[in-house]
Order: sequence, then structure tokens, then C-alpha cells
Amino acid sequence: MTSTFLGWRHLAATLALLSAFLSSASEARDLRLATTTSTDHSGLLRAILPPFERERGCRVQVVAVGTGKALKLAENGDVDVVLVHDRQAEQAFVAAGHGLDRRDVMYNDFVLVGPRSDPATVRGGRDVLHALRRIAAGQVRFVSRGDDSGTDRMERSYWEQLGISVRGAPWHVSAGLGMSEVLTMAGEMQAYTLADRATYATTRARTGLEIMVQGDRRLFNPYGVIAVNPKKHPDVNFADATALIDWLTSPAGRSAISAFRPGGEQLFFVTADR
Amino acid sequence: MGFVEATGAALRLLLSADPELWGIVGVSLSVTLRAMLIAMPLGVGVGYLLATVQFPGRRLLIVVTQGLLASPTVVVGLLLYLLLSRQGLFGQLHLLFTQTAMVIGQVLIALPVLIAFALSAIQGADPRARETAVALGASAPRIAWTLLVEVRFALMAAVCNAFGRVVSEIGCSLMVGGNIAGVTRNIPTAIALETSKGEFAQGIALGIVLLLVALAVNSAFAYFQGESRR
Repeated sequence: MTSTFLGWRHLAATLALLSAFLSSASEARDLRLATTTSTDHSGLLRAILPPFERERGCRVQVVAVGTGKALKLAENGDVDVVLVHDRQAEQAFVAAGHGLDRRDVMYNDFVLVGPRSDPATVRGGRDVLHALRRIAAGQVRFVSRGDDSGTDRMERSYWEQLGISVRGAPWHVSAGLGMSEVLTMAGEMQAYTLADRATYATTRARTGLEIMVQGDRRLFNPYGVIAVNPKKHPDVNFADATALIDWLTSPAGRSAISAFRPGGEQLFFVTADR
Repeated sequence: MGFVEATGAALRLLLSADPELWGIVGVSLSVTLRAMLIAMPLGVGVGYLLATVQFPGRRLLIVVTQGLLASPTVVVGLLLYLLLSRQGLFGQLHLLFTQTAMVIGQVLIALPVLIAFALSAIQGADPRARETAVALGASAPRIAWTLLVEVRFALMAAVCNAFGRVVSEIGCSLMVGGNIAGVTRNIPTAIALETSKGEFAQGIALGIVLLLVALAVNSAFAYFQGESRR
């Protein structure tokens, strides 16, 4: 029995030491931003956040996930602020009391892209629904995000408007991946997909996909920023969250967004009315 | 980009001492070393108790530990996420999306490996070592020490195994770390991200580093074994 007692005492001592070790290693509190892969992977945030961080003296930690998960993280109070693109969901999020101070920041647009061979002959159109109907009718392969992101929700709304059920259709590939991966996959499979222009532009050289349909009003893709409600989660970093929102919609933030032109092409446009 | 081309770009990245790349390597090493420092004494301690002390429920505990060897790391990550989220039991600690959360996850992943291997090592030890220690009137910690020294090579194998599992795991790190650049982005999550973006060179470069780290750790152990057997 002595052996057990001694063993436990040692174990307890070790545990105490280790917990001290653990707590000393925990990081200081920064601003947590949950956002979509499009803003992060395109390099936008890396280009525009440093001036804000310098000015404010805080570090922004970016968690890049789909819009659905970003809003879920915010609802749980696991992040302080979200930058997402699904206006309906954003408004519902604020209405439910999870967030405050929702503001339009910028927009880009979706494009329907596909292989050069264009097997469904949809190139050059301006009506995205018409093109999708042709793809479905021809049973041409279409890669879908399938990850409940803003892009995925947008695509689902098109199929709903068309009254086409894509569930289980062999030509409709539900990938469950981020935008860049889906574009890579569509390139490999010579399939069509719906992409935000920013991510498409950064991967175009690699995938060889071409724009088939653009300019439809339905392809408009506005981004909104929302602070997590401190009444729901008293310990969120509300001060820095509001500062970020103010900065993004300030002249300095707006010109930083407009000045982001990788390869000479502007990818995000600031919203005209504030 | 072809394989040869990507590998060439990867080697150039490594040699150019790209600070971002080495920062990622630093996160991986720091998190995994901390996790191993915590898990090693715990795992070996619990393994020793399971091997030497009889108590009700011991068999069940052993079976559960061995079952956990096959637990997917994403499941560990999911459970930990639910506990550490601000809605969760330990939400007030603000540990989600920190290195500490990754350390805890890796400890949980390493423990079953260490416990199961330590247990079987100690059970397989020459019983005469223990008997001699007891006959010489050694104290309980002294007996434990004698036994553990006796099976040190098997314990090293356990440590190598656990190290390999945690340094390369991605599911849990991604879920509780959040893959935040410069903070919780480690080698596996960075490889997944870079590959998803089609940046294969960065992915390969990090893969090479991961392999080298694993090789270095295993060679160090092999060296010590050789030294002490001489």
C-alpha cells in the first residue's frame, strides 16, 4: 500500500508543477477575428491588417473558416468579431442578439468558372441561373463547396430558385472543402464551380479554369463585419472589435482595401454607402 | 507544378531561412515538447501503477486505454473544443485557439500510447529485478526506479511512438488551435493549408522538416541505446 501512496504523492507534486508550467505558457489576450477563407487566402487581411494593428497596438488573430462556422464560433463567444458574407445569416445573427454594430465593409462578386472546353456551352452568359440550368440539363460535372460557407449557401440558393434538386446527383460533386481546394479539384476534374472572384484570381494560373458567367446582379457578394455582443459574452474583446469595425469603415481602412491589388487586379470594392 | 519542381522550390525555401517557415516549425516543436514533458511522467506513472498495483476496475482501465490507442485525433479535438469553448465547462479559462489548448490535446493523445506501452514493458520485465530489490529492502520509489531502469529501452520506444503520433497529428491541433498564423499554426496544419491553397513547395518544405525532426529524435534514442549497451 505504501507504494501506492507514495506514487500518488509524487503524481500530485508533478501535476502541480506542470499546471504552473501550463499557465505560464498561456498567451496574452488579442483580438480574434473569424472570417471566411476568401479574405484570408487571397492575402487581403495580411495586406490591410498590419496598419490597424500598429495604430491600435493589438494583434489580430485570424481564424479562417466558412461563413457558417465563423458565425457559430461568434455565437459561442469563441471569437470577438466576424467578417463574413451571407447577409441573411448576418441579419439573423444580429436579430438573435448574438452580435452588435453590423456594417457593410466591401463586396466582391462570384463568378461561374469552368474548363476551357466548356462542355455545357455557357461561356459569355450574364445569367447565372440560365447557365446552371444548362449544366444540370447536360449533367456536366459541377464541384460544390458543400461546407456551409457563404459561397455554398449562395450556390444552394440558385439551385433552389431553379427548383433543381442536386442532392445525390452524380454530376454534382459535394466536396466539403475550402474555395482554393474546390478550384483545384474543378481544374483536375475539368468541372464547373462557383467561386468568389478573389480566390479565383489567385488560383487561376494553376487551375487553368476560365470565367464563364459574370456580371449577374445575383452574383453580388457583400461582406459584413459584426462585433460579438458583450452582453451575451461579457469577456469578449469588445473594445478592440469595435475599433476594428470603425477602422475598416474609416477612410484609412477603405483605401487600404481598394489598394489591395495583387497582380494589378482589384479584388475587393468598398461599399459606397456607409 | 510538378514534383521535382515543387521539391526544388521547397529546398530553396528551407535554405533561404524563410522566417515564417521556421516560425511554424518552432510552434510545432514548442507545443509537442511541452506536451511530451507533461505526458511522459503521467503516462509512465499510470502504466507503472496499472502494472504493479491491483485495484477494482483495473482490467477495464487497461482495455479502455488500449482502445483509446485507436482514437481519431479529431474526436479528441472535438471533445476538447466543446470543453474549452466559452459555452463549455472550462470556457472561463479562455484556452480555445491557444497553444495551451494544443498542448492539452496532444497530452490526451499521447497518454494512451505511453500508458499502454509502459504497462506492457513493465509487465514483461524480468521479475527477478523486482524480487531482488524487494529482498534488499528497497523503498517503494526505489523499487519503481529499479524496474523502470530495467525496462528503459521499451519506455524509450513508447516515447518515440507517442512523439511520432503527436508531432504529426492534425485533427486536434486544427480544431482547438484554429491554425492562427504565427500563434497556433504548426507543421501539419500549415501543410494542410498550403496544400489546399496549391502552395505545394511550402507543404513539401515543411514535410521535409517534419521528417528530419522525427529522424533526429529517433537517432538520438538509438545513440543513447548504443551508448548504454556498450
